[in-house]
Amino acid sequence: MKKTVNNRAWLLVAPVMIVVLFSALLPMMTVVNYSLQDAMAENHFFWNGDSWFRDLLNPHTEIGSRFSGALERNLIFSFVVLLIEVPLGIALALALPRRGWAVGPCLVVIALPMLIPWNVVGTMWQIFARADIGLFGAALTGMGLHYNDTQDPVSAWFTILVIDVWHWTPLVILLSYAGLRAIPDPFYQAARIDAASRWSVFLNIELPKLQRVLVLAILLRFMQSFMIYTEPFVVTGGGPGDATTFLSIDLVKIALGQVDLGSAAAMSLVYYLITITLCWIFFTAMTQLDLLKET
Amino acid sequence: MARIDLVDLAHSYGGHHADPASFALKPITMTWRQGGAYALLGPSGCGKTTLLNLISGIVTPSRGKILFDGVDITPLTTQKRNIAQVFQFPVIYDTMTVGQNLAFPLRNRGVPKVEIEARVAEIARLLDLTPYLSRKATGLTADAKQKISLGRGLVRSDVAAVLFDEPLTVIDPELKWQLRSKLKALHRDLDLTMIYVTHDQTEALTFADTVVVMHDGRVVQSGTPAELFEKPAHTFVGYFIGSPGMNVVAAEVRGREARIDGHTIALDRSYDALPPGAKIEIGVRPEFVDVVAPAPELLSATIERIDDLGRVQFARVRVGDAKFAARVPPGFAACDGAAGLKFDPAHVHVYADSRLVEGAAQ
Repeated sequence: MKKTVNNRAWLLVAPVMIVVLFSALLPMMTVVNYSLQDAMAENHFFWNGDSWFRDLLNPHTEIGSRFSGALERNLIFSFVVLLIEVPLGIALALALPRRGWAVGPCLVVIALPMLIPWNVVGTMWQIFARADIGLFGAALTGMGLHYNDTQDPVSAWFTILVIDVWHWTPLVILLSYAGLRAIPDPFYQAARIDAASRWSVFLNIELPKLQRVLVLAILLRFMQSFMIYTEPFVVTGGGPGDATTFLSIDLVKIALGQVDLGSAAAMSLVYYLITITLCWIFFTAMTQLDLLKET
Repeated sequence: MARIDLVDLAHSYGGHHADPASFALKPITMTWRQGGAYALLGPSGCGKTTLLNLISGIVTPSRGKILFDGVDITPLTTQKRNIAQVFQFPVIYDTMTVGQNLAFPLRNRGVPKVEIEARVAEIARLLDLTPYLSRKATGLTADAKQKISLGRGLVRSDVAAVLFDEPLTVIDPELKWQLRSKLKALHRDLDLTMIYVTHDQTEALTFADTVVVMHDGRVVQSGTPAELFEKPAHTFVGYFIGSPGMNVVAAEVRGREARIDGHTIALDRSYDALPPGAKIEIGVRPEFVDVVAPAPELLSATIERIDDLGRVQFARVRVGDAKFAARVPPGFAACDGAAGLKFDPAHVHVYADSRLVEGAAQ
């Protein structure tokens, strides 16, 4: 059948385009604008070329060293988050009941942390982690551990990681659980007939069938953890020192604390490009695996 | 390799205390002999897959025992039962090559490597999978994948039985025929007991030497294709096997005579001791009823239409309220749709409450 060409079809997408224009494109162009100019008082702008970017990407400048330090912390954080949450999520999804009355209550309880807003999570944990009155902090201190999330960098990192794992492993669990439920029973029955071990069932049936949902889980968890802001902002304030100062925290400090709009704009654009590029690499790598397997 | 005995075996998905009438499999006792090619035939929901899953141990019976060579294996798990099963839809291990897929059941059981290689090569040759052995199994077509599933079912030489659960559903008709012949050849070559579940009578009759017909959770007849055709033990077998199915009509039977619509049909045997109060019917296959020119001594019928099946023609006729299918002999010319029905007495059977009644010979 021949496709008809009718440019009036653009009218159908026009409303969405207009919304996107105002919600994303125009604000972003403002950022691009800031990143290429220097602002004086009373809104006098001067063309500044690429020098904000050159400063930012040069680790020997003040802003450059802050940026590279925060970027390194971000990468480590996201990597550790994925390393913990993905295996843990799969393991917990495997442990959930497959059918029966317990399925509903289990899923609801698991999904609860995801329903709590970020700043509430932060506030909850800020109190929860306090060494004097917080259950978590006091319990760790009571066990004789040296724990103080506002003064000790290791404690601070540990706390932020625990918060993220608590808050977002449920997403990986739910995605994996849905993926596992989609595997037809005969696969398990055939594995029993073939006398496959539990481990072999996991490796040869469950993991390959989970691949698609895991691509999704890893992408979502990477993006969200790479953009982490509220938890360290509320719980540690980016400290102690700059131990938990991630890119987003530093960005807000530069933009709103120091009102250094040029640097902040350049930084947010680079930050944005890094996020998109890494997501693209993840996605391509994991979908290419599919094609590789078929040949 | 074993004889399989089912002793008073029954299953209900509703638990032990469910109403016996609701059992997916009503209590049965039967024997499957070593090396037999069996087909379990019946419509969807008749309990055939349940029976298969009970034998393989995927489902634990609510009642009764399963014996392999006289040894009770009911409490054993699927892994320990030494049984192979092939499912309706292809099951392959995505991570493995075709060869590794075929070797998997043997490798898990610790079979020596040399033996695995020999066996995999043999099965691959029998199923024409040899060129694909080192390919990943994921990228293949559905029927190639199903061949791999079949291969995994056949690769173990020591199994008590290989169970097939409608294995050719996903296969194209042309290939279906080939694969079925292949399975039959494999059955001869490998000397395995095979139980083949299907709802397709052609599939059952061409594959098996013994066909077990199931209906509503019961085995209604077990016999050779010829027995099922010539002497259905239950009116259901009559309907279900043969196309068109057997004619079954209510009749009054006395001695060697059956009366339908005021007309008397001669029977080959004598039925004097019919259970009182039972619903009495006679059954006769269309192949053993001829439509001929009307005559006073014949049961008269009205022809509604004639179906030409190519090799043979069947007439759909009406006798009073009852419908009949009857063979149209070559050279028959219908006049005004009126015809007489000529029965072959040797093939007219009498049923009491749907079950065959054996007549007395004299």
